[in-house]
Amino acid sequence: MIVDPMILEGAIALVKIGILLGVVFTTVAYLTFMERRVSAMIQDRLGPNRVGPLGLLQPLADGIKFMWKEEFIPASADRTLFAIAPALILVPALLIFAVIPVGGEVTIPAFTLFGLQIQEITTSLQIIDLNVGILYILGMTSIAVYGIALGGWSANNKFTLLGGIRSSAQMISYELSLGLSIVGILMLTGSLQMSRIVDAQGTFLDWFIFRQPLAFLIFVIAAFAENNRLPFDLVECEQELVGGFHTEYSSMRFSMFMIAEYASMIAASALMATLFFGGWHMPFEDLVGPGLVTLYQVAGFLVKTGFFLFLYIWVRWSLPRFRYDQLMAIGWKVLLPLALLNVVFTGIWMLV
Amino acid sequence: MAIVVEARKMTLAERLYLPAVIKGMLLTLTHLFKKKVTMQYPEVQKVLPPGYRGAHRLNKDEQDRIKCVACEMCAVACPADCITIEGTETEWDDREKIPRTFQIDMLRCIFCGMCVEACPEDAIDMTDNIDLVATTREEMIWDRDRLLKNYDDTRNQEGTLGQVLRKSRKAFTRPRGDQLPAPGGPGGHTH
Repeated sequence: MIVDPMILEGAIALVKIGILLGVVFTTVAYLTFMERRVSAMIQDRLGPNRVGPLGLLQPLADGIKFMWKEEFIPASADRTLFAIAPALILVPALLIFAVIPVGGEVTIPAFTLFGLQIQEITTSLQIIDLNVGILYILGMTSIAVYGIALGGWSANNKFTLLGGIRSSAQMISYELSLGLSIVGILMLTGSLQMSRIVDAQGTFLDWFIFRQPLAFLIFVIAAFAENNRLPFDLVECEQELVGGFHTEYSSMRFSMFMIAEYASMIAASALMATLFFGGWHMPFEDLVGPGLVTLYQVAGFLVKTGFFLFLYIWVRWSLPRFRYDQLMAIGWKVLLPLALLNVVFTGIWMLV
Repeated sequence: MAIVVEARKMTLAERLYLPAVIKGMLLTLTHLFKKKVTMQYPEVQKVLPPGYRGAHRLNKDEQDRIKCVACEMCAVACPADCITIEGTETEWDDREKIPRTFQIDMLRCIFCGMCVEACPEDAIDMTDNIDLVATTREEMIWDRDRLLKNYDDTRNQEGTLGQVLRKSRKAFTRPRGDQLPAPGGPGGHTH
């Protein structure tokens, strides 16, 4: 029996979603481990190295610990909102991955599985290639604000509320610069589609980091602020707000916030790699044999993403936190004008 | 009158902050590869200085008997009141009393070492044993046998608190009354 191409495509999409979710969650787990090890090493310590070889089973131990913790909901909390707030952060962070191209097109040769004849099919290593990819990403990052704001508000605690309010102000301010910094790329590519943006960076010198260095800087800073990472983690700054918006959360709900934070870090790193560092395009692609080129590209993409994840941790343990007025001043008085200037200069450059 | 301090105008490079940011990040990067200060505790143990005030022990004499004579000087000296001694008579010809029970509550103890200083017989001592771990409070009350076992465990340790104190006592304490020269000096008595 020959499988209908429509069903086949659906099945492939499901397989891709499964693989992607698996990879993202594993990366999240090991990112927490990497954060602890790198932060320790920057401070001349060793970090967790006891659970399993080199401490590699530490994320597993953390997960088990989280599951056995008491789930506490404050009596005065709005229970419904309190329960859905973590999901409201986690789901948009995961949805961003749908449009990120991990590699080029691959052709799966025809084969037979349990008596089903499966025809040869070509598919790209991307779950869906939306023609409004960038807009979709910006939309998803905006939704994450709701999770933080509602999580902070529903707990009915002054610290969480302050954290939530700070976060919404901060994320809305930096979203502008984030969006405007990409505009230069959109002008050069002429498309919002992620695959087109990657295709526009086919050769090494075409990478947008060389054509839009200022945009990259703005994008990185704004992305750090969007993810509430240091030096912009005023949302959860321990010294002032206990734990910020997640002060009242415990057990798996708390870990969902953590997973969401790390998942959005991975998404932002993947975006930096895709938008400015050629996505899955690598230098010297021609030198790699035709059979291995896709593997080389995917590995290259993962390495690029991994570097930005390391950058996140590296920056966190290097730079002190901004004061709230400084944060707002940088967002509105520096990054936003710079992003607008970048758009203007890109326009002039395209005309000349 | 308020003193006005003119703040120095920052240069453009300083106001950009990026050079400073990069400098700071390079600094942390070098630390990433530096030698780590963490000591892998159970495998690697710290060498403690002589006279370290760790877990107590009850010393034994040459005949492997308890040295303590249950005079309770240590219990009196103890500021935390963590030592409980009950004496009993003994058949041994060199002393009248030995402790029947000798308990140190390690949870009360403040490890000041005053019991060791007070002991006239050098019977109580402090060692570099720092493995003071238990799962119940009762286990943390060390009885006579536990303290004697600690002596066996740390028999070879050089520089216990008692040994260090004995050395310094020779150097610093004034001679006792019977060792003083007779009043009037070496010239002898005058009548």
